[in-house]
Amino acid sequence: MKELKLMKGNEAAAEGAIRAGADGYFGYPITPQSEVMEYLMAEQPEKRTGMVVLQAESELAAINMVYGAASTGKKAMTSSSSPGISLMQEGISYLAGAELPCLILNVVRGGPGLGTIQPSQADYFQSTKGGGHGDYRLIVLAPSSVQEMFDFAFLGFDLAFKYRNPVLMLSDGLIGQMMEKVELREQLPRTTYFDRSWTLTGKPDGQERNIVTSLDLDASRQEVHNQHLQEKYRKCQANEVRYELLNTEDAEYLFVAYGSSARICQKAIQLGREEGIKIGLLRPITLWPYPAKPLAELAPGMKGILSVEQSAGQMVEDVRLSVGCGVHIEHFGRMGGMIPTPEEVLENLKKLLITK
Amino acid sequence: MTEEIIIAGFGGQGVLSMGKILAYSAIMQNQEVSWFPSYGPEMRGGTANVTVILSDERISSPILHFYDTAILLNQQSLDKFENSVKQGGVLLFDSNGLTRHPERKDIRIYRVDAADASAKMESAKVGNMIVLGGFLKIKPIVKLENVYKGLEKSIPKRYGHLLELNKKAIAVGQEIVEKVRG
Amino acid sequence: MDIKDIIKPENLVYQKTPLMTDKPLSYCPGCGHGTAHRILMEVIEEMGIQSETIGVAPVGCSVLAYDFMNVDMVGASHGRAPAVATGIKRCWPEKFVYTYQGDGDLAAIGTAETIHACNRGENITIIFINNGIYGMTGGQMAPTTLKGMKTSTSPYGRDIETMGNPLKMTELVAQLPGTCYVTRQSVHSPRNVRRAKKAIRTAFESQKGKKGTSLVEIVSNCNSGWKLEPVAANDWMVENMFPFFPLGDIKVDGKLVNNQ
Repeated sequence: MKELKLMKGNEAAAEGAIRAGADGYFGYPITPQSEVMEYLMAEQPEKRTGMVVLQAESELAAINMVYGAASTGKKAMTSSSSPGISLMQEGISYLAGAELPCLILNVVRGGPGLGTIQPSQADYFQSTKGGGHGDYRLIVLAPSSVQEMFDFAFLGFDLAFKYRNPVLMLSDGLIGQMMEKVELREQLPRTTYFDRSWTLTGKPDGQERNIVTSLDLDASRQEVHNQHLQEKYRKCQANEVRYELLNTEDAEYLFVAYGSSARICQKAIQLGREEGIKIGLLRPITLWPYPAKPLAELAPGMKGILSVEQSAGQMVEDVRLSVGCGVHIEHFGRMGGMIPTPEEVLENLKKLLITK
Repeated sequence: MTEEIIIAGFGGQGVLSMGKILAYSAIMQNQEVSWFPSYGPEMRGGTANVTVILSDERISSPILHFYDTAILLNQQSLDKFENSVKQGGVLLFDSNGLTRHPERKDIRIYRVDAADASAKMESAKVGNMIVLGGFLKIKPIVKLENVYKGLEKSIPKRYGHLLELNKKAIAVGQEIVEKVRG
Repeated sequence: MDIKDIIKPENLVYQKTPLMTDKPLSYCPGCGHGTAHRILMEVIEEMGIQSETIGVAPVGCSVLAYDFMNVDMVGASHGRAPAVATGIKRCWPEKFVYTYQGDGDLAAIGTAETIHACNRGENITIIFINNGIYGMTGGQMAPTTLKGMKTSTSPYGRDIETMGNPLKMTELVAQLPGTCYVTRQSVHSPRNVRRAKKAIRTAFESQKGKKGTSLVEIVSNCNSGWKLEPVAANDWMVENMFPFFPLGDIKVDGKLVNNQ
């Protein structure tokens, strides 16, 4: 029988982590994601699966606890919201450099600075184009429902270990705070096998010790390491692109939107079609690697494309890069924690793409 | 069937939990639901609101501009959301503390004086269940048996004794809700 | 007598612990790091816990500690070693976990991580090398630089008015209920090396007994940064560092030693 539960997005991510067999969660409170750690502390996963949960003294400490746990092959997770994720960037760069798997959840709020606590999607650049120092990529998953907050904990850990790379779940205050019905999966067992080719479990007699580091003072070796990372990222681009199409078969106009904006666009499509405007949606599920190819294939049949984001226009740059010239592309977004309504989105599609 | 609802009032009036119980009830009858609250400092005694959508189909936007039903429990909420009710939709309000009643002529308006009724029941905490009872009288979109199941799911076990009181409050709400216009 | 008659196990009086790798140390001649590394590895060897030990290297002169220590090790970002160690120990409570950090790492940029790991009583061992200066970056002022001491960023001597006071982190963490064993040692003489090694052993034994955080500070020299020859640097340390950073146990078995 299906196990159904009404949950907040933040709670679903926490329950997902437990059931995906996470070994440790390290975090620091910040609105609008505090329910993640609150849920974990109340659930006492240490009794359920042996998973440890620790409230760190800062986001800096939290991401470095994740780094420590991940260096031993354990499934480690942290979560935060925009300002806290900024603070973690150094650690995330180290995790990527040392090729450590982990799951990071960003429940985005409005910025810059302390900003607001309301939902936003203005951390797209930070998530997909770097964030910390050096040439590295994160695998970025964008849940657009509470169910996906749960499911992507599983997918996130899978991808993190498959590529030995941090995976970022880029959510926002809307998906994190809303409640929806979640179909829970069965508990996965926690890992008991640790791959001695890279994990720190204590040097066994007669074997070489393992070292986990992102440092190599020899520039020529550091370049080789960088080349290896880039090769890994190319594999990721070839194999891990995920997206969803909605109403695109007969569409003349296309929304490109992820996360909560994709949900708002779905309603706008419905309203638009009631007026006879044929709109479809491409929803990127992986923001990195970006679904550039499917978007490029879809674009020539469109009279116009509207990238809808709760930002000043960040993802629209990837839409333009994917599609190139020849198709009319515009951006519509609200900023600083304001959420556009479906009516507003439709209005702007008409204004920017049809009457203009 | 899709029902798009906004519930708004003072923090502490049980706005969010009322939405939660409604959402739970819909799950009990196998529907899709979404529940999106205002959150943050607003929760500390200011105004709070929650958008609840119940549907037989996958739910698109969890936030809306127009609603099938608005349940408005204080003046600020009435001022903010009266014009967000779809034509022909329902506005349900509690007159307690209002200086201006709803004025629209193109919607159905109902009144449930839950604050007064809960005072008579000597439990201010069940005001929201009286409102819910009133709403379900107007729009019986979820079965009462499923509401009771939803209540069981949302009331912590240590408050189990409050279940009967809440059921009673729902019944009171069904009794006292009255049509004002439409 | 042939040389083979001499090189026999029964004639062996001393050998390098196999827990030190064969890689030549990158430290300056006369620096205390090499000795501190060695006695730490000797303790791990003598306790027979090499296969159960995970070390955390800092940022600073000992950033490459994992090149010399033959145990599983991870390099932390600057100051975060106690957080990294916390992450490891919480997931592997049965392993021995230690950090090896300098004064800038532990007492400046990593102050919060140090204090909070100690306050939570993380069951780890912290080895703290204090030489009152930033060695790796070329001799800048450290949180433990003495009053009036000249460094490249306090070229006229540390001015307390504008640059603040030297920080006694070890005394500070000894006040926290999470710490079990806190001590200050040195490695400038054979006698002190023996004492320091004994202290490290005590620290690892308290970790074995799950007693809380143990911290061993080793007051050391930096002849390059201090611009002194090795012997003179040790003499300067005895005359100037020890009066402000007195050697000896500060907290034993969770109890502060007299006068602390």
